[in-house]
Amino acid sequence: MFSFIVQRLMVGIVTLFGVAVMVFLIMRVIPGDAAVMLSGAGAGAVSEEELAQVRTQMGLDRPLVVQFVDWAGHVARLDLGTSLRTGNPVFDDITRRFPYTLQIVVMATLIAVFLGIPAGVLSARYAGTWIDQLLQALSIGGLAAPSFWVGLILILGLVSLFQWSAPLLWEPFWVSPVKSFTQLIWPALAVGLRQLALIARMTRSIMLEVLGEDYIRTARAKGLSEWHVVIRHGLSNGLLPVVTLIGFEFSALFGGLIITEAVFSVPGLGQYVVASILNRDYPAAQGIVLVLAGIVVLGNLTVDLIYGWLDPRTRLRGAET
Amino acid sequence: MTTSIGLPAAADGDVVAVLDAAPSRGGRLRALGRISRRHPLGAFGAFVLLTIVVVAVGAPYIAPFDPIEGDTAALFSPPNSTYWLGTDAFGRDILSRLIYGARVSLMVGMGASLLGVVVGASLGIVAGYRGGWADIITQRVMDAMFAFPMLLLALAMAAVLGPSLQNVIIALAMPIVPRAARIARSSVLVLKATAFIEAARATGCSDTRIMLRHVLPNTFAPLLIIATAYLGLAVVQEAALDYLGAGIQEPEPSWGLMMSGAATSLALVAPWIVIFPGLAIFLMVLASNLLGDAIRDLLDPKLQRDYP
Repeated sequence: MFSFIVQRLMVGIVTLFGVAVMVFLIMRVIPGDAAVMLSGAGAGAVSEEELAQVRTQMGLDRPLVVQFVDWAGHVARLDLGTSLRTGNPVFDDITRRFPYTLQIVVMATLIAVFLGIPAGVLSARYAGTWIDQLLQALSIGGLAAPSFWVGLILILGLVSLFQWSAPLLWEPFWVSPVKSFTQLIWPALAVGLRQLALIARMTRSIMLEVLGEDYIRTARAKGLSEWHVVIRHGLSNGLLPVVTLIGFEFSALFGGLIITEAVFSVPGLGQYVVASILNRDYPAAQGIVLVLAGIVVLGNLTVDLIYGWLDPRTRLRGAET
Repeated sequence: MTTSIGLPAAADGDVVAVLDAAPSRGGRLRALGRISRRHPLGAFGAFVLLTIVVVAVGAPYIAPFDPIEGDTAALFSPPNSTYWLGTDAFGRDILSRLIYGARVSLMVGMGASLLGVVVGASLGIVAGYRGGWADIITQRVMDAMFAFPMLLLALAMAAVLGPSLQNVIIALAMPIVPRAARIARSSVLVLKATAFIEAARATGCSDTRIMLRHVLPNTFAPLLIIATAYLGLAVVQEAALDYLGAGIQEPEPSWGLMMSGAATSLALVAPWIVIFPGLAIFLMVLASNLLGDAIRDLLDPKLQRDYP
């Protein structure tokens, strides 16, 4: 198990390095000179000499490799630079916004898992009946509905039914857990719907397979109660691929998050990354994209490790993916 | 990961065989009918997609109003007998904008999934077939691309390239590349061990010829499956890019754009502004998912678990 962990960690580090290089390169080719942006005026309003001065100040006139090593060195010390847009250190901006995003991710995943798995189990247990057909129709629909549209419809419904209005102040979790829960439940629902549908479908197809196995017949023949058979013997053997799916879908979850935060104007990482990219605030964009990709890499790594722990066979293969 | 798609060499032959084995006169049509009876949802998806294609191509003839010039006398008019789906803040007919917007969604959806799958599959096939350093480097680059949330990679690319239809297609193809590459590579690894590739090499075929004539046709089934799977995803992501302001720009009609900006707050007085474009996206994605599921079942039932 130890060498497995080390090997996975190495792969994760190499991937993170690749991510850093890609982020750096993408941000350097964004048109719209960062120096122009920084000097605070539109293109043409500043003289060439002033621009050259700003570039020298920011180190933008050095070779790309030197700039990258410099940036990577700072990143390693958790210094992501200063945002051109907000004027704050990027690291501070990110830490202030991270709790909201984390809370949405956790809530969305919990909703998806605790509704999706039972839905899938029910579907498989009553395969072919109206329960199954209803649940399948719902999950196919849930997969096709774009999360930002679901968010918009949720807002429309909330406003017309409950005179809901978008919170001006989003409470952090530790200030007022209940309030932040009620505020973030809607974006979490919009984000989690796709995950919920995917998990339900996946659980259904796995359970159908598992419930046809010999040991399930044996368990039934022993006279165990139906739900004991389905849950203890069936589900616990079918959970593994669902865990993988949750890990795999981690990056899709963040994609949905970016747009849903924009819909609900939640002051989280999603909004920050969109504003940074669109405003060519490249220190902030570099930093936040790196952090988001890093979270996905860590998420995948965690799933790999959980998988290795749950299923010892995977520890032996490993490198070949 | 579990993407080992052990594809029997003849798997993609099944559908063709069904179609070919049928007696010549009207046989193919009857075979198609048989397939659609067995997969009614897939047939429904194909029908909806085909309808959208027809509507998009014939937009100038079908759309009742101009999609860009609004009627200033009819701002925010709710759905009625003149404007079937109502009008927006500029008095533009929602239905006409939806019809023209279908062009954007279709072009971007099909363009991005095709481009992404072609580029990704080429990389995957060459890397998997050649092995060695080329493989290792491609793999690490693909791993890094995998780590970006799809929408984030597309958003960054769209910002780099600037907003235009062509650039949106390229931006949305980017996240599909590593996914297609991974699938193509894993089927190549399986194929490489088979006897017929060995035989091709023994008869003196060049590597290029083996890859093009022997490997590529045999990876076709999984590639077709992910191409349809990513069609729907690309449509949603395109709408998302437009929504965020990084995609198609006003006053061009696009489904994502119709819901963005002020539309959110306007929707409180005129909900039809956001409801119908969303429904259009929903329908298109639903159709391509259903079609994708049916194609997957037809080509290889075993794939069901690997691709949720």
